[in-house]
Amino acid sequence: MSTTEHSEYIDSDTGKLGMWLFLFTELFLFGGLFIVYAVMRSKYSNDFHQAALELNAFIGATNTVVLLVSSMTVAMSLTAIQQNRPNLAIGLLLITLILAGVFMMNKYFEWGHKFSLHLYPGSDVMKTLPHGEIMFFGLYFMMTGLHAIHVIIGGVLLIIVIFKLKSGKINQEHYLLHENGALYWHLVDLIWIFLFPLLYLIT
Amino acid sequence: MNDTSPTVPLNYLNHKTGLWSWLSSTDHKRIGLLYLYSITIFFCTAAVLGLLMKIEKIAPGETIMNAQTYNGIFTIHGIIMIFIVVIPGLAAVFGNFFLPIMIGAKDVAFPKLNLFSWYVYIGGAMLGLYSQFANGHSPDTGWTFYVPYSAEASSNVVIALTAAFVLGFASILTGLNFIVTIHRMRAPGMTWFRMPLFPWSLYATAWIQILATPIIGITLLMVIAERTLQIGFFDPALGGDPILYQHLFWIYSHPAVYVMILPAMGVVSEIFPTFSQKPIFGYMPIVFSSLAIALVGYFVWGHHMFTSGMSYQARWFFSLLTFIVAIPSAIKVFNWLSTMYGGSVDLKPPLLYAISFIFLFTIGGFTGLTLGSLATNIQTHNTDFVVAHFHYIIFGGMGFGFFAGIHYWYPKIYGRMYNIRWANIAWGILFAGFNILYFPMFIIGLQGMPRRYFDYDPKFQTGQIISSIGAFILIIGLIGMISNLIYHRRRGAIAPANPWHGVTLEWQIPSPPPHENFDEVPVITREPYIFDHPYTKSN
Amino acid sequence: MKNHDNHISSYSLNLTVLLTLLILTTISILAIKFYLGAFTVAIALIIASVKAGIVLTYFMHLKFENLLLRLMVMGVFLLFAIVIVITFIDYYFR
Repeated sequence: MSTTEHSEYIDSDTGKLGMWLFLFTELFLFGGLFIVYAVMRSKYSNDFHQAALELNAFIGATNTVVLLVSSMTVAMSLTAIQQNRPNLAIGLLLITLILAGVFMMNKYFEWGHKFSLHLYPGSDVMKTLPHGEIMFFGLYFMMTGLHAIHVIIGGVLLIIVIFKLKSGKINQEHYLLHENGALYWHLVDLIWIFLFPLLYLIT
Repeated sequence: MNDTSPTVPLNYLNHKTGLWSWLSSTDHKRIGLLYLYSITIFFCTAAVLGLLMKIEKIAPGETIMNAQTYNGIFTIHGIIMIFIVVIPGLAAVFGNFFLPIMIGAKDVAFPKLNLFSWYVYIGGAMLGLYSQFANGHSPDTGWTFYVPYSAEASSNVVIALTAAFVLGFASILTGLNFIVTIHRMRAPGMTWFRMPLFPWSLYATAWIQILATPIIGITLLMVIAERTLQIGFFDPALGGDPILYQHLFWIYSHPAVYVMILPAMGVVSEIFPTFSQKPIFGYMPIVFSSLAIALVGYFVWGHHMFTSGMSYQARWFFSLLTFIVAIPSAIKVFNWLSTMYGGSVDLKPPLLYAISFIFLFTIGGFTGLTLGSLATNIQTHNTDFVVAHFHYIIFGGMGFGFFAGIHYWYPKIYGRMYNIRWANIAWGILFAGFNILYFPMFIIGLQGMPRRYFDYDPKFQTGQIISSIGAFILIIGLIGMISNLIYHRRRGAIAPANPWHGVTLEWQIPSPPPHENFDEVPVITREPYIFDHPYTKSN
Repeated sequence: MKNHDNHISSYSLNLTVLLTLLILTTISILAIKFYLGAFTVAIALIIASVKAGIVLTYFMHLKFENLLLRLMVMGVFLLFAIVIVITFIDYYFR
């Protein structure tokens, strides 16, 4: 029985299941890169260790903390709307977005630093490196790049949620979109939880 | 486009008219037809491309095209057939049209997403076509895009890769929609094990669509990264491994063939009970076989790579799993045949196609075992034996399953009946042409004829000529079949609601169905396939 | 139309979860100070998996969802793990 004909709101369990299924596809999307990582890491463990020294574990750890905190703030924003406190919800979402911005800024500086050293796929410097290091950097850029794209998508989703909170479309009775946006944000955090040790903590 | 005379009740075809009402419709039935028409056009296009290949191969050497053109043609033939026709095919057409009805729902869980999926699909298909005509020449890598050639070739590979990525996204969205629909939209009383087998097959299929497709998505992106950024994952000069590409490609593309075949198995699982007027034999084994095929199908991908350089242990493992995955399919074949035994069998076109499905699928399946055995694989890999095998399985399986479905559900979809005699004759020509086209390829393949070659040793010419003649016969059969269906779309006899005396929900509503499917929400109280009053020709 | 489960995560629960995650993160960073050879990957992944599990269970609300969803999530991770293991049947023995 489709409820969309009779109400503008999708049944929440239905919508949530749909979102989880979509999250599964995102997990497998990144999963392909994790497969490549696993194969290359097992083949070139020393080179990976060497290459990882180029990464700044402090920035990586900061970004990890930033995302973990942002996961908490987005979860709290959901609690807020469930308690009929839309302004608090919006405030917490804004904090989440600010944290996302900090993450992206760190990423910008990280990548910028690498570019300044001519450390990027296909560069003259890259070609002189040992094979395992080339693989590491290829994975580094592709995995963190794809992840950054998802940070942006997640951010856009949360901005939409903020607007709908303001207009009242999302409220204490109907907050499926908020819940799904939060789930997507947690996925972004989840992926980084694995990226961080695999890329930054192998020194 | 439809009847709007006062005597015809309002149905999904006539309640709103005009092209825009179709292109903006979120009605699952209309979306199913949008897919039907687009897929038919693409299928015919790719079939003509196949015919051109066969004309080229009537004689050794250059006949009507050079090697480069031939390579481009088999590439786009594969891309269209695999990504645009066969993978979406049954699920997008009959799944969209009949899944909600068969579970007693008004529509799928996310109707707007459903329409969006079709537009994504069309976008991907257009990109695929664009790869043929954009600057640079059409890709000649084969639909499998193997590195290193796909990373180095100068043709429009990136456009084709992007097209496949977009098409994969459409596949994911449809699968997602179907899983949620089956979990959440079943009518009251329709427990999981009261659901008919076609929805079950769509459920198993949808899980593969969701969990396998993203892997090829990321793999295609990696090849794009190889071409544009020299990222090196698959380039030995930079430390990469080309076989890793093959692993990633087939981790999706093997489960993808189960996306192709499971809905077809679901269709024939509906047809056999109806045309035997008795319950399906072994409902539970068929359900669990479908789920088993979907699961075990994830673990066999290496059988496409036996000669690529994998470890012995890997080859051994994949061969074993390949034999295991054949078992649930065989279980289904026994169940379908047993359904007919002792039934009141009516040899109408849907059953003709369903029976020939079993015949062709079995040949394809057995030859799959030959390919799955390590020793014989060395002889048959990359020969026309493989090409014959997968055409028997995909075209003979999914294709004939599709034809069975369209002949089965046509009267429900359009409220009209096609000409039965015409359909039977077309079937005969099609079936004969199919076997004349593909069976010789087993033989010349065993004798050493490589696949994807436009030229060949003259010793293969007899087989090639027979095969090419078969192609023409097949095309005539296809034209006959399709023209029958198109011609009677408006001129056929008005079909009753239940011309085949079926017992699943779609036969309990009018033909064509009303816009919201059911006047009242059905309440299910029994297992499916109970024939209280089996129809025999005498009663 | 059913509207959401009845459970609302308190702010303190969310904070506790965050603190747990931060502690685990700190442990994983400190762990690399000790060279553990081949086990370094294992330790890092185990801690990451625990963190992921906590995010899934609490932030993503799985603890309070129905069993079906939890089974699906576990199945997805299991399938992925199996695919990696099978891939290594090739690479490990080459």
